[in-house]
Amino acid sequence: MATLQFREALREAMTEEMERDDDIFLIGEEVAEYDGAYKVSKGMLDQFGHDRVIDSPISELGFAGLGIGAAMNGLRPIVEFMTFNFSFVAFDQVINNAPNMRYMSGGQFEVPIVFRGPNGAAGQLGATHSNSTEALYSNFPGLKVVSPSIPDDGKGLLKTAIRDDDPVVFLESELMYGLKDEVSEADDYTIPIGEARVAREGEDVTIVAHSKSYHIAMDAAEQLEAKGYEAEVIDPRTIKPLDMETIVESVVKTNRLVVIDESNPFASVASEVTHQVQDRAFDYLDAPILRVTAPDTPAPYAPNLMDAYMPGADETVDKCLRVLYAQ
Amino acid sequence: MAIPIEMPKLSDTMEEGVLSAWLVDEGEEVSSGDVLAQVETDKATMDLEAFDEGVLLKQVIAEGDAVPIGELIAVIGEAGEDISDLVGEAGGDGAAAEEPDAEDEPEEELTESAPEPEPEVEGEPTPEPAGDGQLSERTPEPVPAGTDTEGRRIKASPLARRIAQEHGVELAQVDGSGPEGRIVRRDVEAYLEGQEAEPAAPEPEPAPEAESAPTPAVEEAPSYAMPDEEAFEREDISQMRKTIARRLAESKYSAPHYYLTVDIDVEQAVELRADLNELVEEQERAKISFNDLITKACALSLHDHPYVNAAYRPDEGEIHKHNRVHIGIAVAIDEGLITPVLRDADRKGLSELARETRELADRARTRDLEPEEFEGATFTTSNLGMFGIEEFTAIINPPNSAILAIGEIRDTPVVEDGEVVPGKRMKVTLSCDHRVVDGAKGAAFLDTVKSYLEEPMNLLL
Amino acid sequence: MAADTSAPDPDSGSNGSLHEGPGLPDDFPHAARLEQAGVTSLEHLREVESLEELTGIGPAYANDIERALEELGESEGGGTTSTGETTEKRSSPLSSNGASEDSAEGPATHQSIDIPEGPIKETLSFETYPADRYKHDELGFEADEVLDLLSNMLLQRRFENRCRQMYQRQKISGFLHLYIGQEAVSTGSVNAINLGDDSIITAYRDHGMGLAMGMDPEACMAELFGKATGCSKGKGGSMHFFDAERKMMGGHAIVGAHLPLGAGIAFAEKFKGTDNVCLCFFGDGAMHQGAFREACNLAGIYELPIVFVCENNQYAMGTAVDRAFSKPDLYKHGYNFDFPCSLASGMDVFSVNQAVRDHVETYARQDQPSMLEVRTYRYQGHSITDPAEYRAEGELDQRQSEDAINRLQDYILTHDLATEADIEEIDEEAKQRVKNAIDAANDAPFPDESALYDDVYTQEDYPFIA
Repeated sequence: MATLQFREALREAMTEEMERDDDIFLIGEEVAEYDGAYKVSKGMLDQFGHDRVIDSPISELGFAGLGIGAAMNGLRPIVEFMTFNFSFVAFDQVINNAPNMRYMSGGQFEVPIVFRGPNGAAGQLGATHSNSTEALYSNFPGLKVVSPSIPDDGKGLLKTAIRDDDPVVFLESELMYGLKDEVSEADDYTIPIGEARVAREGEDVTIVAHSKSYHIAMDAAEQLEAKGYEAEVIDPRTIKPLDMETIVESVVKTNRLVVIDESNPFASVASEVTHQVQDRAFDYLDAPILRVTAPDTPAPYAPNLMDAYMPGADETVDKCLRVLYAQ
Repeated sequence: MAIPIEMPKLSDTMEEGVLSAWLVDEGEEVSSGDVLAQVETDKATMDLEAFDEGVLLKQVIAEGDAVPIGELIAVIGEAGEDISDLVGEAGGDGAAAEEPDAEDEPEEELTESAPEPEPEVEGEPTPEPAGDGQLSERTPEPVPAGTDTEGRRIKASPLARRIAQEHGVELAQVDGSGPEGRIVRRDVEAYLEGQEAEPAAPEPEPAPEAESAPTPAVEEAPSYAMPDEEAFEREDISQMRKTIARRLAESKYSAPHYYLTVDIDVEQAVELRADLNELVEEQERAKISFNDLITKACALSLHDHPYVNAAYRPDEGEIHKHNRVHIGIAVAIDEGLITPVLRDADRKGLSELARETRELADRARTRDLEPEEFEGATFTTSNLGMFGIEEFTAIINPPNSAILAIGEIRDTPVVEDGEVVPGKRMKVTLSCDHRVVDGAKGAAFLDTVKSYLEEPMNLLL
Repeated sequence: MAADTSAPDPDSGSNGSLHEGPGLPDDFPHAARLEQAGVTSLEHLREVESLEELTGIGPAYANDIERALEELGESEGGGTTSTGETTEKRSSPLSSNGASEDSAEGPATHQSIDIPEGPIKETLSFETYPADRYKHDELGFEADEVLDLLSNMLLQRRFENRCRQMYQRQKISGFLHLYIGQEAVSTGSVNAINLGDDSIITAYRDHGMGLAMGMDPEACMAELFGKATGCSKGKGGSMHFFDAERKMMGGHAIVGAHLPLGAGIAFAEKFKGTDNVCLCFFGDGAMHQGAFREACNLAGIYELPIVFVCENNQYAMGTAVDRAFSKPDLYKHGYNFDFPCSLASGMDVFSVNQAVRDHVETYARQDQPSMLEVRTYRYQGHSITDPAEYRAEGELDQRQSEDAINRLQDYILTHDLATEADIEEIDEEAKQRVKNAIDAANDAPFPDESALYDDVYTQEDYPFIA
C-alpha cells in the first residue's frame, strides 16, 4: 500500500493504462502544458508527449465529439471535462452519440471512451458550477457511470473504465483531489464496475452513499455508534450499473435505509435506490426510506446558505434515528 | 398485370386520407411519377403518385371520399384487363386478374416468428441477494392494510405486517409506537411476547396447498422475544400453516364475529343413531356418526335460512346467497387441518353422508384430496366433542357467513316436568358474520337446527 | 483510375487558399478596367494624377472611382492603407506519423497587441468546379467505369423512389428523407477516395451515400423495413445506416452533431499514422450549429486529414439557404479557419469527382483540413411527409433540367460510350435490384424481441434494471 492523494491515484491509473496501450490518449482543456486544471494530469505531457496528452480549446462539444469519433475509429480516448458542469455544452455528444452508437449500428461500432472530471458542488462556486450529474447520465442506456469516494477505488475503477469497451462517465470531485489514503500497489490493480463496497458493517440501519457523501456517511456512522446503533455503510462506487444485490441484502438485514446523495432530490440516485429497495425488499422495511440530499434549489453562494444546502452528518444521524424510531 | 393502388400513408400521423381530386381519368395512360390524384392528409394536401406504368383502369373511390390507409382506391393495369378480383365486381370473360406484385401480397412476417418472452418486466420476481434465501419466500400478494375497530386504516410497516401475518396476529390488537401510531416490528414482537401460548382451537381450514411438504405440528407459538437460544426449537413455517394463518387472520379481521350458543337435547337423536347403526351393520354399510346427523340437520336447516348459507362479497358490492348447500367438515390432520366438502349435503341420505364423510376424512389424513374436494363450502362445521370440549367458538371459514362449533354430548341432569332426571345434552355455538347474518337470523337458524336434532325423525324424511 | 489533372497547387497562392495583398478591393468600382490599365493597388491608384487620362477609364468612369476613393479615405481615417499584421497559427503539436515532436515554442502567446495602422486587407480566391467542364478520360475513367457511375446513380434513384412507395404502404415507418436529385454528390465523392481505407460520415439523408459506397441494397431496404437482416439489425432505421467494413461511419440524425465525430475519425487516422482521410458530409442547415465551428477549429489546430463537404441542397428543412445565412456563400465559411475552400456543382458527377479528389489528395492527405461546398438540389420534400410547398412555381422543373443522371446519360450518348439500349438495360437492372431488395426485406423476419437488449452494452447480462 502507498499513501496517495486522490489525484495521484487517478494519474497512476491513466499513466499505467497509457503505458500498457498505445491507443489511449488524454484530451481536454489545460491537461497538457498547464499540467491539468486540478493537476490530475501533472507530468503526463512530459511522459507521453503532445500526441497523447492533448490540450483542447474551450470547446467541449467539439472535443467530446472528437473523442467519440476517434473511439469509433479504433482509439481509446480519455476526455477530461474541467468540471462536469461544462459537459452540458457537450451534452448531445455524451448522451446521444456515445451511448447510442453501438445500438444504432447493430453492434458494428463501439465507443470505448472515458469522460472524466470533477462533479458536484465544490464550495462557493454558485449554481452553474455546482451541478451533480450522476442521475442525469445514469438515465441514458449505453452509458456507465462511476463515482468513487476513495483514492484506492479511484485508481482501480479508472483503470477498469479505460479498458471498458463502452462509454464510461467517471465522476470525481474537486474537494477530494487532495484526499490522502492508502492505494493498492498491486500489479495491474483493477476493480470491477458494478460492485458496491460495504465500508462498514452494522445491524441497525443501512446508509448508502457515494462520492463525497460516503465520507458524510462514515462520520454519521461513528456518531450513531456513540448512541448505540450500528450503521452499515455501503458505497455503491458505480452508479450504473448499480449493485442492488448488496444494498438489498443489507436492507433485508437492517430493515431500514437512509440514502445520502448530494444531488438535488428530484429523480436523483437516491430516488432510484429508494424505488428499487421498495420493489425488491418491501416486506423487509420497518420504516420509510429517508434521503439526505441537497434541497430542490440551485446551489447558492453565501457561505451559510451553502452549508445549509449541502448534506451533512448531523442531518444523516437525525434521519437514521428517525428510521430507527429512536426519536 | 393489374396493380392495386391503395390509400398511401403520406404523413407519420395520418390514419385516413380524403381523395380531394382525381387528376387522371379512367382509361388514361399513366407512367411512373405521374400524379394520379390529390390526397388530403391530416397535415397537408399531397400528390398521390404512380410508381408503375399502365392504364388507370378504375377509380375505386370518388372525390371527397375518406378512406383509411391501405384501402383500395384505384387500379392500374393493361387496357381491357379483367380486374374483378381486385375491385370485387362480377368478372366479364372469366379471365382472372393476375397476381399482384410480390410486394402486394399480404404480409405474414408479423405472425411468423414467435419471439421468446425474454426480458424481465419490472415488478416481477427479482434476483435474490447473494447468500440470502429470504426473499424467495416473499409473499406475492399484498398484505391487506386492514382497519381498526373504528374503521380507520391501520398504519404498519411492511415488515411489521409480514411478521404479524406469519404469526396470525391481528394488527388491530397491536399498539403502534411509531410516528402517528405506526405499528413497527418491535410492536408486533412485544405483542407476541405478551401473548400466552393459547391452545389454538382447530379452526376449519379450507384451502391449504395439498402438495406442500408435511411438517410436524407446532407445539406452541414461538416467542418472538428470543432472549434465550435454548428455550425453543426452531421450525420452518409450513405452507399449510401459512395458509391457515393468513385465511383465518383475514376472516377474524374483516368479518365481525358474534357468537350464539344453544344447548340441544340429543336424547332422541342418540337413540335414533343407535337404531340406524343396527340397520346399517346388517347391510354392511358405513356406520352413521353423530356428526353425520348434525351435518344433515344443518344442511336441511340452511334451506330455510339463506343468509346463513351466503357469502359477503364487498368487492362486488353483493351478497351471494347460495342455491346449493355444500358443507365443509373440519378435519384435524398432522400438519394442521383441512375441510373436505360434502356437496349437496341436503339432498343426500344419512347413509351416503356417512360413507362420504368417512372417505373424505380418510383421504384428508393421507393428503390425497383433490382441490375441488376441499374447496367451495357454503357452510362449515367443526367438532371438538370427541376431545371432551363442552363448548367453544370457531373462526368463520371465509367466505362463509357462519360456522357451527360442536361440543361434546354429555350426560347431565335436566329438569323435566319439574323433576331432575338424567338427560343428554350437546352445546353448539354458531359464529356469525354480522355483515350478512344479523343476530335474529342466526338465532332462527340455530332454532331450526335444534328442532331437527330434537325431533330427529325429520332428518329421515 | 485517378489521374491527377488540374489539382490546385497549395503553394502557388493562386488557387484554393487565401493570400494577402494590397490589391484593389473586390467591390471597388471598375476594378477590372483599372487593373487592365495597370493600376493594381489602392496606393498606386492614389498616385495617379489624372484618372481621365487612363486607358479604358476616361471621364465616363473617373467620377465613380474618385468618389469611391474619397469614401474609402474617410472610412479609413487618414487614407493610409496597410496590409496589417497577421498572427500565424501555431503548427499543430501533434505529429503526423504518430511520433511525438516536442513543441519548442512553448505555451506562451506569440500574438502582438501592438495594433498596426489599418486597414488590414486580405485578398481571397476560391477554386470552382462548374458543371460540364470535366471529361471522363481526363479523370481517368474508362467507358465501362462511366457506366458503373450511371448504374450507381440509378440504383440510388430507383431505391429512393420505391422507398416512397413502401412508406405509403406502411412498410417503412418513422422519418424518411430521400436523396433523389443529389446522386452525383455521393457517387462522385465515393469514386474519389480509397473505399475501405478512407472513411465517410454523413447526416440522416444517408441512403444514397450508403448505396454509393457499395452497401447491399437488400440490407438497406431490410433496415428500412425494421428487419433483423437490416444493415443495423433493424435498430437504426432510415437515418442510421452504418457499414463498418466499408468505413461508412454512419448516417447521423442530430443536425450538426456528427461533425466533431468526423474530426475524431480523422484524428484517429492521424494518430495511427495512416494515410487515410475522412470525408465529412453535412447539409447547409448543419452549418448553423456551433458543432460546425468547433469541429472546423479543432481540425484546423490539430491539422486533421478531413474534408468538410457541405452538401447544399438549397433548403434546411423548409428554409431556403439564402433566408437563413448571414453569408449564404457557404464555401467562404471555411475561410474563417484558414481552410482552402472550393465550390462545386453537385449536378455533374465529374465535377464532384474532381473537386473531392483535389481536396482529398492535395489537402486532406497532407493533413490540411479543407472545405468544399457542393451545390445540389433535393427534388423531394425534406422528409416524406413534406409537400415542399415553399418552392417557387416552376423551381423544381428548372432544377430538374440540370438533373445529374440525365446529364450523365447525355454525356454517355454524346461520347459514344454506350447506346440508349445499354442505358435502358442498366436502368432495368437497377430497378430489378431494388425489387429484389423489397422482396428480400418482405421475407425477412423482424428482430427477435430479445434483440431489444442486445448491443446496449458490450456485456451481455443486460438489462441492469429488470
